[in-house]
Amino acid sequence: MNEFWSFITERYPDILLALRQHLTISFSAVILGTIVAVPIGILLVYNRVGWINSVVFFIANLFQTIPSLALLAILIPLLGIGVKPAILALLLYSLMPILRNTYDGFQSVDKGVLNSAKGMGYSAAQTILKIQLPLSLPYIMSGIRITTVYIISWATLASLIGAGGLGQLIVSGLGVNKPEMIFIGGIGAVVLALVADGLLGLLEGWLTRRYRQTRSAAV
Amino acid sequence: MIVLDHVNKVYDDGFHALKDINLEFKKGEITVLIGPSGCGKSTTMKLINALNTPSSGKVLIDGKDISGLNPVELRRNIGYVIQSVGLFPHMNIAKNVAVVPHLKKWDKEKTDRKVNELLDLVGLDHTIYRNRYPSELSGGQQQRVGVIRALAADQDIILMDEPFSALDPISREQLQDELIRLQQELNKTIIFVTHDMDEAIKIADTIVLMKDGQIVQTGKPEAILRHPANDFVRNFIGQKRLQSENELSYEIPLVDDVMITNPVTAFPNRGLAEAIKMMESKRVDSLFIVDRNKQLQGAVSIYRVLDMYGEEGKTVADVMIPVRFSVSSGSTLPQAIELMDSHQLSNVPVVDGNNRFLGLVTRGSVVKHLAEVYPNLAPPQPAGEGEPM
Ligand SMILES: Nc1ncnc2c1ncn2[C@@H]1O[C@H](COP(=O)(O)OP(=O)(O)OP(=O)(O)O)[C@@H](O)[C@H]1O
Ligand SMILES: [Mg+2]
Repeated sequence: MNEFWSFITERYPDILLALRQHLTISFSAVILGTIVAVPIGILLVYNRVGWINSVVFFIANLFQTIPSLALLAILIPLLGIGVKPAILALLLYSLMPILRNTYDGFQSVDKGVLNSAKGMGYSAAQTILKIQLPLSLPYIMSGIRITTVYIISWATLASLIGAGGLGQLIVSGLGVNKPEMIFIGGIGAVVLALVADGLLGLLEGWLTRRYRQTRSAAV
Repeated sequence: MIVLDHVNKVYDDGFHALKDINLEFKKGEITVLIGPSGCGKSTTMKLINALNTPSSGKVLIDGKDISGLNPVELRRNIGYVIQSVGLFPHMNIAKNVAVVPHLKKWDKEKTDRKVNELLDLVGLDHTIYRNRYPSELSGGQQQRVGVIRALAADQDIILMDEPFSALDPISREQLQDELIRLQQELNKTIIFVTHDMDEAIKIADTIVLMKDGQIVQTGKPEAILRHPANDFVRNFIGQKRLQSENELSYEIPLVDDVMITNPVTAFPNRGLAEAIKMMESKRVDSLFIVDRNKQLQGAVSIYRVLDMYGEEGKTVADVMIPVRFSVSSGSTLPQAIELMDSHQLSNVPVVDGNNRFLGLVTRGSVVKHLAEVYPNLAPPQPAGEGEPM
């Protein structure tokens, strides 16, 4: 235990650096993933050609099934090593949950709400931005939350392609046989994931209350 | 005025939903489209705000063909209420009502004023309801908001597609009454779709009866009731109302149909204070005194009881006066009315052959009965007026 504390006090700049890298990688991946996946999800809702939806969902699903280590390895020849390929790999993982939830959220908007929006003179863009998007926010947020938790844990692997992060502590710890270092790396990722889950969960709850999806249909 | 001119609608799947529809919706009138499910009521209505476009024929509003107008712009000038209300769950009531003013970029002050005025108009205190969310309102309240939302931008034309059909009968009647009241104030051109003939008769200036994508009959409710164009209309109106067709064969009502069957009675041994209490709680000014065999003994009025009130120990039997006039069960209403009229009675008891008290014919019960069977008693209409169109 003593070694543990002395490790933290001695090496806290390194730990903080690893934490910062970890957060940067994870959140960049999630934010970029959201920016990509939400518009694609919306396009799919409006797409009338059935097979395109199937293909897109198939591809997004495919990324999910590739083992993370393998995906990172595949990206090395394409993008080299470092932070960028790590973010890209994690981004690919984030696509499916966010895409799926955006799509489901849009689909879940009450038809009566959409009919009355159209009938009262909302343009197509206004319907998306003012009605469907806000009403889907709880869904989208839930996709983002789930993704973030996964990505924070997968980001520990990013150190393997030289992107740093908490995984770096684990790898170095293994090299110099310092269990407390491995421990800090591992526990750090877990705590980070839990904290992110908690905070995003609060946000999701607030959005759900704010944009509650009640059937506004009469009794 | 809105005109549908030889409109046909063929849906993408080849279904011929509307067949050569020619219609006029008059300014400031409520026109009700009615007919069985799937006959094309909603399809017809949606032509007017360009949610549907005719496959052939024209839709004209104030003489202008709407196919030349921007549909989004057009819809902002036409109020629209649908059955499922479609309030936006993420916006509070004020924002929901202000949707179209907002789209039309009204300034905030004018919008707020309008929203408050409309909320108050339908009995939703704006200080309470402005900031509520739709899920915090009852079905009837949501429906009211749905209706005023269609009025918020001072639209002259309002389309209402079965707006009240999901409501319980009481809220529905209330909203119908409110709609009629609103219409008297606002004078909009309203097109209203319903399944319910009672609703149509209650609110319509003109009824348009549809079947299988065609118009079967158009006319004032009165004209359609009196002169149904064919068996379909007759059926749709319903058997009860139908009797107005053969005016001459209506049956003369009997006192038994008209009388109140549970008038307030008391046993002879009741004290005077009790009698007052009973009259007070039942809100009547006299009591009929019957014995255990329901034999009519007499009657007391409130004045008589108050007169004698000082004499404690007296019972109603002591102060009652005999009933001088009664009619027997099976007499006709005119007989009872004649009796009441010639003796200045406010009511007359109905008794059976053994003088058992069965009920009471009062002026109120006569009026109520007449109101119920009004079509049956209505005098024949002079020819020429109210022909089917
Ligand atoms: N988009 C569509 N494509 C194909 N057919 C349609 C479409 N919309 C409606 N129809 C058909 O057109 C007919 C008329 O439909 P409409 O909605 O106007 O009926 P309605 O009189 O309003 O019935 P209800 O009282 O049940 O609302 C129905 O048979 C319906 O199935
Ligand atoms: Mg309909």
